[in-house]
Amino acid sequence: MSSHSHAAHDGHGHGGGHPLVGHLVPYSTLFATGAALLVLTVITVAVRYVDLGEANIYIAIGVAVVKATLVSLFFMHLRWDRPFNLMVLVGSMLFVILMMVFCMMDVGQNEPTVAPGNAPLVQTYLDSNAPFAPVTSK
Amino acid sequence: MSHATHADSHGHDGHDGHGHDPHGLHAKYPFLAHHFDTPNQQFESGKLGMWAFLATEVLFFGALFVMYAVMRFTDPEVFSFASRYLDTILGGINTCVLILSSLTMAIGVRAAQTNKKGLLVTCLALTLAGAIGFLVIKYFEYTHKFHLNLKWGEAFYQPVDEAEAQLVKTEPAPVANPVLAIASPNPSAGAAGAELVSLPPVDRTAIAAPKAGPDGVVSIESLKEKAAAAASHAHEEIPHLVDPGLPPNTHRFFAIYYIMTGLHGIHVLIGVGVIGWLLVMAMRGRFNSNYYAPVDFVGLYWHVVDLVWIFLFPLFYLIH
Repeated sequence: MSSHSHAAHDGHGHGGGHPLVGHLVPYSTLFATGAALLVLTVITVAVRYVDLGEANIYIAIGVAVVKATLVSLFFMHLRWDRPFNLMVLVGSMLFVILMMVFCMMDVGQNEPTVAPGNAPLVQTYLDSNAPFAPVTSK
Repeated sequence: MSHATHADSHGHDGHDGHGHDPHGLHAKYPFLAHHFDTPNQQFESGKLGMWAFLATEVLFFGALFVMYAVMRFTDPEVFSFASRYLDTILGGINTCVLILSSLTMAIGVRAAQTNKKGLLVTCLALTLAGAIGFLVIKYFEYTHKFHLNLKWGEAFYQPVDEAEAQLVKTEPAPVANPVLAIASPNPSAGAAGAELVSLPPVDRTAIAAPKAGPDGVVSIESLKEKAAAAASHAHEEIPHLVDPGLPPNTHRFFAIYYIMTGLHGIHVLIGVGVIGWLLVMAMRGRFNSNYYAPVDFVGLYWHVVDLVWIFLFPLFYLIH
């Protein structure tokens, strides 16, 4: 099928329903893609109820990436399209990932917003006035 | 292929168009705009333009996904707590609805390519039904949450009715031992407190009112009431304000939830508009195997709407 690439359709647009432009995707491919997407949806919902610790979110995102790949390759014809269209999509995604990585590197260095122990005002009061509080140096 | 090479010699300088039509392509294909040489060039140019638009959509949603990541990394407990208020079943049904409507859209493109007008109209109608069905389910999800005040910002902290307002109400005055109440929100500390109260009296006037917290110091009694109210309900029935497990800043989850699913919902709404327009055009027989670019390009848009939801669904509904 991939031999029917772009720009090769000029001039035979009327025979057998073959399009003048673009690429025909067989019904079997479309239905197989749809079925795979539904199965993957069931899998990712099922994994939600199983405690795999850290792995849960990676599996969820991994399944989503596989589903996104199936949609873009087969439903969106990128499998047979001009490579430049794929580059446009992947390029935009790379920039999103770039922003994501740098933001997460930054957030990873943040101090925790919730300090352990009591709030400062409460701790001051406890130190000075609590029953049996240790005598603190003034 | 030969006219593609000929095109360079006479195609670009003069836009008086139809005078320069050595292969009769413009006469043969009325849909071929005068500034394109071949139907294929026109189709591929339009498609590239569509992909450029879709790239901006990816960046548009990408910024929100980065925002989501930062918020979830900052408050992971908020996300694992609040996602239980989302209906996984409804979300899963909506995922399947979008996938099936993507499938019917892809079949519709093939139908247009093969001159099957009836199939094209059927597929577009099914896709439109999927889009509207998605919005209807989303409407029920939204209204349910609005009813429970599961909203963004300050509204998240408003009791939904008088009964909940009484449950949430905290009274600073009747605290027997303010020191213990301040020091420990754990209700079991009250037992130890009973013994300690007989110890040297505490100068209550020395306690400054807390700066933060509109309801003042949390009393042990109110915590006990909350725990009792929580225990007497199934989990989903607990009003979030009296759920003892409510982490601070849970309203943030609903802020990002409404922003992302709302923006996606607007895209679905736009999809309803353009697919409806396609349906009317298809019924009028405007598309055929030579000219079906609008079907193909709206299909690409619709698949991107599906793609975004494929990521939104696990990130909001499927947090373990």
